Amino acid sequence: MSHQVDARGLSCPQPVLLTLQAIQSASGKEDICILVDNQTSFENVTRAATGKEWTVSGINQDNDEYQITIHKK
Amino acid sequence: MKHNWFSSRMGMVAVGGVIGILAILLQYLGNPANMGICVACFERDIAGSIGLHRAAVVQYLRPEIIGFVLGSFLTALLFREFRARGGSSPLTRYVLGVVAMIGALVFLGCPWRVMLRLAGGDGNAIFGFLGLFGGVWIGTLFFKNGYTLGRTAGQNPAVGYLLPLIMLGLLILRLIFTPVEGQTQSGILWYSLKGPGAAHASVFISLLIGLLVGFLAQRSRFCTMGALRDLILFRQIHLFSGLLALMATALLANVFLGQFKPGFTGQPVAHTQALWNFAGMVVAGFAFALAGGCPGRQLFLAGEGDSDAGLFALGMITGAAISHNFGLASSPDGIGPHGMAAVIIGLMVCLATGFGHLKRS
Repeated sequence: MSHQVDARGLSCPQPVLLTLQAIQSASGKEDICILVDNQTSFENVTRAATGKEWTVSGINQDNDEYQITIHKK
Repeated sequence: MKHNWFSSRMGMVAVGGVIGILAILLQYLGNPANMGICVACFERDIAGSIGLHRAAVVQYLRPEIIGFVLGSFLTALLFREFRARGGSSPLTRYVLGVVAMIGALVFLGCPWRVMLRLAGGDGNAIFGFLGLFGGVWIGTLFFKNGYTLGRTAGQNPAVGYLLPLIMLGLLILRLIFTPVEGQTQSGILWYSLKGPGAAHASVFISLLIGLLVGFLAQRSRFCTMGALRDLILFRQIHLFSGLLALMATALLANVFLGQFKPGFTGQPVAHTQALWNFAGMVVAGFAFALAGGCPGRQLFLAGEGDSDAGLFALGMITGAAISHNFGLASSPDGIGPHGMAAVIIGLMVCLATGFGHLKRS
């Protein structure tokens, strides 16, 4: 069961803010899946997640869209 | 997925450091003191050069601004990051641009110049920095409570080409109507004979450095407002490390060139009214935070095809015209006759924007 965050079309700092809010409310067992639609948000979200001791376990890229899956270390 | 070294910590520090040196180099080559790069001041000078205001000392079509947009545009094309997009409350962003410029011109500088003024020893900029920090902090409170200007959508590439094309048009004007010794006008462009508008590096140096900064900032996502915002909101020092590097290298370069002159009075293009230096930057910082980027970042985003950011930049140019036409802008003598009213109204506009865009849950 994974929690999904749709941050497509949102500008800084909202993709990171939504990701961190999802991390905060997560139980720690489930994955979080974040959707972004530009390279900058991709970089920001992965940087923020790894900074919170979460690991990026999957990245699916389709043109400009990224699906980033993270889970707690 | 491409690896992007410039967006690593080392990359960010390197970019900030190089920008700091380039800014001081521009001062050494002719740009105004403590104003090697100032996005607000330079957009204000552009407004003057095309006659949107007639403040005689601040009229010059600054090639640095053109370089920022075109540098980012070419870089985004090269790295396949150009994407025309917009539709996230465009008019709100335009108004925020107007307000941000009005606030910045009460202080006399954008966040980039806050750092450069500090690096030059201008103590008045301490109040500007505190104001900027305060304004960004208020902005983060709104983000924490669900503030959003909404999502952007993809647009026709033609929309994304518009601001780069406008900049190209301005560059062509600058190359056709070159300054004429002792004349305030050359063809359709206005030029300053004295004051900061008359101080500038050669057009090719300015353009070249502008293009280089555009490249570096597009790759690294350098943002002076984001630096403070991420520090406050996420306790993250990534962007802040770039800002610190900018100030550090600018300071070192100033000391090396004998340009570091600590003090409060007699500082170049600055006034000593601490409260209004502070309050002006509260308004500017608040507006930059609500719009999601410092004035430089808005130009780089516009170069990548973000038409909302382009509208913010045009709002800033409009704001500069309003500031000088209505007596809102400060001068080295102090704040303008209507500077106080402008700060109060600017703050009210920001608050109304913030409250008006809280997402109802």
